[in-house]
Amino acid sequence: MKARVFVMLKNGVLDPQGEAVRHALGALGFDGVQGVRQGKVIELDLAEGTSEETVKEMCEKLLANTVIESYRIEL
Amino acid sequence: MKAAVIVFPGSNCDRDMAVALENAGAEVTMVWHKDAELPAGVDVVGVPGGFSYGDYLRCGAIAANSPVTNALKAHAARGGYVFGVCNGFQVLTEARLLPGALLRNAHLKYICRTVPLTVATTDSAYTSAYEKGATINIPIAHHDGNFTADAETVAMLEGEDRVAFRYGANPNGSTGDIAGILSANRRVLGMMPHPERAAEASQGNTDGKGFFAGLVSAIIPA
Repeated sequence: MKARVFVMLKNGVLDPQGEAVRHALGALGFDGVQGVRQGKVIELDLAEGTSEETVKEMCEKLLANTVIESYRIEL
Repeated sequence: MKAAVIVFPGSNCDRDMAVALENAGAEVTMVWHKDAELPAGVDVVGVPGGFSYGDYLRCGAIAANSPVTNALKAHAARGGYVFGVCNGFQVLTEARLLPGALLRNAHLKYICRTVPLTVATTDSAYTSAYEKGATINIPIAHHDGNFTADAETVAMLEGEDRVAFRYGANPNGSTGDIAGILSANRRVLGMMPHPERAAEASQGNTDGKGFFAGLVSAIIPA
């Protein structure tokens, strides 16, 4: 089974890379890009029957730094 | 005084840190990241700068979960001294030995230059050799040194006098110009600037010498 983990900087934490991408889009002539947030997607190939609880534990212990990041799991 | 310096794959400031500690009078052992125990009788553990595990996932994230880091946590929990410089600071925040996190520099650039720092407190072994409010010039070399923490944590650090060093001219966007912080028991310190790169005359700058001198003299009572 596959799981996807989406990791994003928490709202309120400045995302300088997202800001740089927003500026670059503006420079390319794309008007109206009001905000860009950059995150990561982690794909996990897991043994059948792995619980969401276990994936959550992986996120808490390693995949996300919950001081600055939030995460969402898609099984 | 016995010191240990941890070496992760990708550490590159470990030997400089060891030399600075030796010159200050410490007996230094290098410890490989796979070692599950620290050498017996170690007083101070240094976590060096570099790019542990290639900065994969997040700077310091993999190192914070390596075998030696469990021993490091146990050492800190029993009141041992631990300091992390640059990537070492990132490892200590990832290991939750220090609060907050280090984000990408506000202007996205890797910065490598000597910057002025203010000694914000002298109430720690690491800063005891300096005058409070003194300005020292110490090199920085990082891409992810933008210290951040929620408002409550920052207020706690400020209220408990746990900011060790502040930038004179904020180079990376750090909250409150914070360059280095202390744990609640004042024995764990993390800082982005590199005192070990300014610790002997041949390096052209000795402003970081007091960091190691203060640490060694605080642990060996005169």
